[in-house]
Amino acid sequence: MSDVKRVYLDHAATTPVRPEVLDAMLPVFGRQYGNPSSFYKAGQEARRLVDQARQTVASCLHADPREIFFTSGGTESDNWAIKGAAQALGGKGRHIITSRIEHHAVLHSCDALARQGYEITTVAVDGDGLVSPEAVRAALRPDTILVSIMMANNEIGTIQPIREIGAICREHKVLFHTDAVQAAGALPIDVAALNVDLLSISGHKFYAPKGVGALYVRRGVRLANLLDGGAQESNRRAGTENVPGIVGLARGLELAVAEMPAMNRQLTGLRDQLIQDVLARIPHTRLNGHPTQRLPNNVNFSFEFIEGESILLMLDHFGYACSSGSACTSGSLDPSHVLLAIGLPHEIAHGSLRVTLGHSTQAEDLRRLAADLEKIVARLRAMSPLYEEKNQTGA
Amino acid sequence: MQYSEKVMDHFMNPRNVGEIDNADASGTVGNAKCGDIMKVTLKIEDGIIVDAKFKTFGCGSAIATSSMATEMIKGKTLDEALRLTNKAVAEALDGLPPIKMHCSLLAEQAVKAALQEYFIKNNLLTDENRHFFDKLDEDAHDAT
Repeated sequence: MSDVKRVYLDHAATTPVRPEVLDAMLPVFGRQYGNPSSFYKAGQEARRLVDQARQTVASCLHADPREIFFTSGGTESDNWAIKGAAQALGGKGRHIITSRIEHHAVLHSCDALARQGYEITTVAVDGDGLVSPEAVRAALRPDTILVSIMMANNEIGTIQPIREIGAICREHKVLFHTDAVQAAGALPIDVAALNVDLLSISGHKFYAPKGVGALYVRRGVRLANLLDGGAQESNRRAGTENVPGIVGLARGLELAVAEMPAMNRQLTGLRDQLIQDVLARIPHTRLNGHPTQRLPNNVNFSFEFIEGESILLMLDHFGYACSSGSACTSGSLDPSHVLLAIGLPHEIAHGSLRVTLGHSTQAEDLRRLAADLEKIVARLRAMSPLYEEKNQTGA
Repeated sequence: MQYSEKVMDHFMNPRNVGEIDNADASGTVGNAKCGDIMKVTLKIEDGIIVDAKFKTFGCGSAIATSSMATEMIKGKTLDEALRLTNKAVAEALDGLPPIKMHCSLLAEQAVKAALQEYFIKNNLLTDENRHFFDKLDEDAHDAT
C-alpha cells in the first residue's frame, strides 16, 4: 500500500496551504511578531500587515475595509453573525429563517437560540438542493430579524440564488447573512450586488491556513460581540490578532480571486468529465445536487445498495481521499442532513460519496478513480443483501 | 478510522461472502435506515454448522465482523455457535474502535437470528438455551 499514489480529493473538507501563502506568512512568525496593539515599531509593523490584509480581503469582496473583521474561522464567523444579530435585535423580534441544508455551525447556532426562546424556521429545499426565494418570502413575518442562507453547499455543491433572496430581505428590511465558506475563492463575491449584510469566509478552504476566517458586516449593521475583551477589530472582536493567519488568509483569497476564471474552467471540465465517466460506468448511481448550478469542484454520488464508509475505506486502500454522507462517517445514527433534505431515502443517503477537486487534481487521476470506483462498487454490491444481481436490469 | 490489520484484512478479503442455496437457516438483522443490514445463511448437518455465508450492507466494521463471525462458527456444533459473543468477534479482530462496537453486536445477532430460526423450526429451544437469544432484543446501535 505504501507505493500507491495518494490522490487528495477532499478539498471541501480542507486544502493544503499553498506555497505563496506560506511564503507570505513565514516571515511574520519570526520578524513581524509584534502585537498589533502595541505602541512601538514592532507592533505598528504588525498592525500595518493586518490593515493591508483587511484592505485586500475587502477588495476581493467589493466591500469597505471597515466592514471586514477577522475571526478564528468560518464557525466563529457564523456563530457571531447569527447570535450577534439575534442579541442585538432581540427586542425587535425573535424569528429567524434559515435552510435545512446549512452547515452545522449555522444550524446549531440557531438551535442554541431556539433554546433561548427564539423561533427558527428552516425552509425546505428542492430535489437539487435549491432554496426558493419565494419560500423565504413566504416564511417572513413581522418579527423576523434575520435570514441566513448559505451561498454554496459543502456537500452537494448547489449554489443558492443569494442575490434574489437578498433582494427580498432588503425589501422587508430584514438582515441577511450568508455562509460563504465554500463559495469564497470559488465564486465571485460582490457583497453589494448580492444584497447581503453579513458574510462568512474561512481560510482553509482556499489554500490558506486553518484557524482563521473573516466576517463581512455591512456598515450600520448592529451585531452584539461574540468575544469581549480588548479593543481589537474596532472593539467588535476581542483577542490579539492572528497576524500570520490573517496575512495568509488575505494572500490566499487574493490569489484565488485572480485565478478564478481559469481555475473554474479547469475544475468544471474535470468535474463534468468525472460525473460523465462514473454515470456511464456504474449503474444505479445518481448525482446529488444541481447538475449545473453547483460548485466547479464538487461531485457527489449515491451508489445504491452499498454503504459510504466501506466505499471510503476501499478508496483509501487504492490511494484516494474522499468523504461520504453516511451515518458511519458522521458518527451519528443519521446520514447527512443535507442528503435527507433533498429527499434521498436513508439507505441511498448512506451510500453517498463526495469527491471535491482542487489545484492538484489531474485528469488522469480522475480517469483512474472512475475505473477503480467501478471495481469497488461491484465488489461491495456483490456482498450486499440489497443487491440481487439476477434481478437487476442494469437500468 | 483506526482499524486493526485484522479488520482491514477481513474487510479487503472477506471470508464467506454469499448466500447458501437451500439454507437450513437464515437470519437478517439491522435495517437500511440505520445503514447496517446483515444476512447470515447456514448449512447444518448432524448438529454441526457445515457452512456459513453472509451478505452485508454496511461499513468496514460491519463487513469485517460478518466475515469473522461466520469464520468462527464454521465447523462448530450448534451448542458452540450459541455461545458466540460480539466481544469474542471483536477480540478475534484485535479490537474495534468504540463507536464501531455495535457492528460486532449486529454480527452476533445475525448469527443468532439464523440459529433461532433453526431452533424454532426443529423444536430445539429449551429453558436452558433460550437465554442465548436474549441479545436479539437489544438495539445494536446502543451497544458499547
